[in-house]
Amino acid sequence: MKKHNRRSLLKGGLVGGLLGAVGLSKKAHAAGSFEGYKDRYGMLVDLTRCVGCRSCEAACNKEQQLPAPDKPFDDFSVFDEIKLGQKRRTTEKAYTVVNKYEVEGHDRPVYRKIQCNHCNEPACLTSCFVNAYTKTPEGAVIYNSKVCVGCRTCMIACPFYIPAYSYSSVINPVVKKCIMCYDTRLKYGRPPACAEACPRETLTFGKREDLIYIARQRIKLNPEKYVDHLYGEREVGGTSWMYLSGVPFEEVGFDTHLGTEPIINYVKDFLTIVPMVLTIWPALFTGFHLLATRKDAKKKEEKSNV
Amino acid sequence: MKRLTVNGMSPVDSLFKEEGKILWTVKEKLLLGLSPLDYIAQAVRNPFNWVLAIIFAVGIPVLIGRFIFGLSWVTHSSYDYPWGLFLGWGLFVMVPLSASGFMLGTTVEVFGRKDFHSIERLALLNGLLGYLFAVIFLQVDLGQPWRLVYPMFVSLGPAAVLFLVAWHVATYLSVQVAELVPAFSEWAGWPVGKKFVKKIVLGLTVAGIILSTLHQGALGALFTYAPGKVHPLWFSAPFQWFHFFCSSIFAGLSMLIVVSTLCKTFLKWRCDDEFLENLDRQTLGLAKGCSLALITYFVIKVLAIAHDNDWHYLFTGWGQWFVFEMVVGVLVPLALYATAIRNDSARLARFAALLAVLGIALNRLNTALITFNWKLYQEIPHWREVVIVLTVYSAYIVTYRFVLYRLPILYSWKK
Ligand code: SF4
Ligand code: SF4
Ligand code: SF4
Repeated sequence: MKKHNRRSLLKGGLVGGLLGAVGLSKKAHAAGSFEGYKDRYGMLVDLTRCVGCRSCEAACNKEQQLPAPDKPFDDFSVFDEIKLGQKRRTTEKAYTVVNKYEVEGHDRPVYRKIQCNHCNEPACLTSCFVNAYTKTPEGAVIYNSKVCVGCRTCMIACPFYIPAYSYSSVINPVVKKCIMCYDTRLKYGRPPACAEACPRETLTFGKREDLIYIARQRIKLNPEKYVDHLYGEREVGGTSWMYLSGVPFEEVGFDTHLGTEPIINYVKDFLTIVPMVLTIWPALFTGFHLLATRKDAKKKEEKSNV
Repeated sequence: MKRLTVNGMSPVDSLFKEEGKILWTVKEKLLLGLSPLDYIAQAVRNPFNWVLAIIFAVGIPVLIGRFIFGLSWVTHSSYDYPWGLFLGWGLFVMVPLSASGFMLGTTVEVFGRKDFHSIERLALLNGLLGYLFAVIFLQVDLGQPWRLVYPMFVSLGPAAVLFLVAWHVATYLSVQVAELVPAFSEWAGWPVGKKFVKKIVLGLTVAGIILSTLHQGALGALFTYAPGKVHPLWFSAPFQWFHFFCSSIFAGLSMLIVVSTLCKTFLKWRCDDEFLENLDRQTLGLAKGCSLALITYFVIKVLAIAHDNDWHYLFTGWGQWFVFEMVVGVLVPLALYATAIRNDSARLARFAALLAVLGIALNRLNTALITFNWKLYQEIPHWREVVIVLTVYSAYIVTYRFVLYRLPILYSWKK
């Protein structure tokens, strides 16, 4: 397993640049392309199986000891809730929500469960300036509320609009999002609560690699049932949660324009100029100064020679 | 104040009272050499103070409320719009408008243009206060403001762009404080400070250039974390930092023109002849710098559109809004600056500067708020959020004025 992923390389570059400017140096990191933790877990969500029973929402609420929801979990009127033109999203009280979509030419509604997708190279993680996020070897992206400053850049960065913020808390507002039941289950190799609660086996828990294989098999065996795409396999560099669907993904609220580059790659253009500015500017501008003031210096010299 | 100077009052501008060699006391200096009663009387006479009083009367309770009832009391606490007016205005608009400090520092100290000397301190002060209040705005917005130093000392995330912003703004703030020590040491009668800073001023200025290049650019780079969220006309991953950096150049210089104009109009009694006599010429000098930066900015804006092939967006509603911003905030100021330089008209340059400042404010608000989440919905700030922004901004103006009244910024200290 490669020890140095791209993140530590970047850190090396930045810290090296910063410290280099004040005369310290830091050992250069070896280059290596990031492949992620090999044995990480994931979840396969098969939208063709989901019936919108919301058992997963209820299980999550219980496992994470979240406050009681505004409407009970067997109240299906929530599917009609539209706020500012948007269907329901994850909030500080709900780490996962299921939404209903009526798709044209499709005889029954399609339901989609959303939660943190536990990206391979999470944008939330790379954007956080206090390192509050960690991608664990098990695949979960967890969060340390003890160091969070509440700048909410991670919410800006998450391409899936997942992290929510407990704005109403005065003393200790924190980011709220799915952590794949890391503390209570995943750490011990057990599936997250939602997966266990699902009566329809919509959610398949397992090693990410195995899930990709299973998904491929399902598409191969039932090509007329599935769209030939595994959402999350490569989106924004790949995610631990992946989706199979029987209808085009954009029709059930997926953003299909995210591309396959990890978000951090967009930031690189800037990150690479940082060490350059730090090292080149001082010499450049001191040089300018010497050139610009040469006349004055000469004059002074002449004067003092007289 | 005008009335008092007509009546023969002259404000404190040296360590000694005119008659004999008696030192002013600190209290007298703070009151500008007026008696407490006279001081209060002149403050009450100023109608602008009444406006401020009303803003503070409404705003301060709301501001206190934010820390008692939390962010959700003053904002719409949107999960989709984590950044609202506090950062949109307080950070993204304030910081570029405060770029004047490093610009003029470079001009005078690095390029040796001593002819800009009499406006340099105003530029430094504009920079310092702008940054200081950007940090105050940030403090209002942070969920846990008491953890402000965490990214510096407790838990470091050095690979994040915001980490750079935090460090650079913090160090640059101290650089700016140091650069203004001479003004303070003259006023306070403390010559050691001035002597010391004189020795290191070149180092300070170069540090200022580095830090400014990086954090002005970094503010733009922050949005490259959200490639799909900002409208493509306001977003271009490879160019974003450069757009922000380049526009901060004319933003800072234009703001300096605007502020110096305000000083000349409302604080004439506090300006000395050197400042007033040189101002027109310096305004035109700054105008030259602005027009160069504006044309560069315009070219790289067009380049970015070409690079990302975003032309088709120009023909949508967003495109019209974009064209409006570019015409009013970039092309018209550019044309006005050019005409002003050709006709030697400082007045025209001042008008151009005002437009350029508004243009930059619009650009930053567009990027951070208006076109952010263009595919979702438009966030309209809560009225309490607007009130707080107004209040903090008024505090900024009051502080600005407080310093200008006293320290030798617009006048030179008499020995
Ligand atoms: S989905 Fe969003 S919150 Fe979850 S790991 Fe990815 S970037 Fe982070
Ligand atoms: S809100 Fe907290 S977790 Fe998110 S980027 Fe800021 S400090 Fe990090
Ligand atoms: S428990 Fe399973 S079937 Fe029920 S809503 Fe959740 S994912 Fe769908």
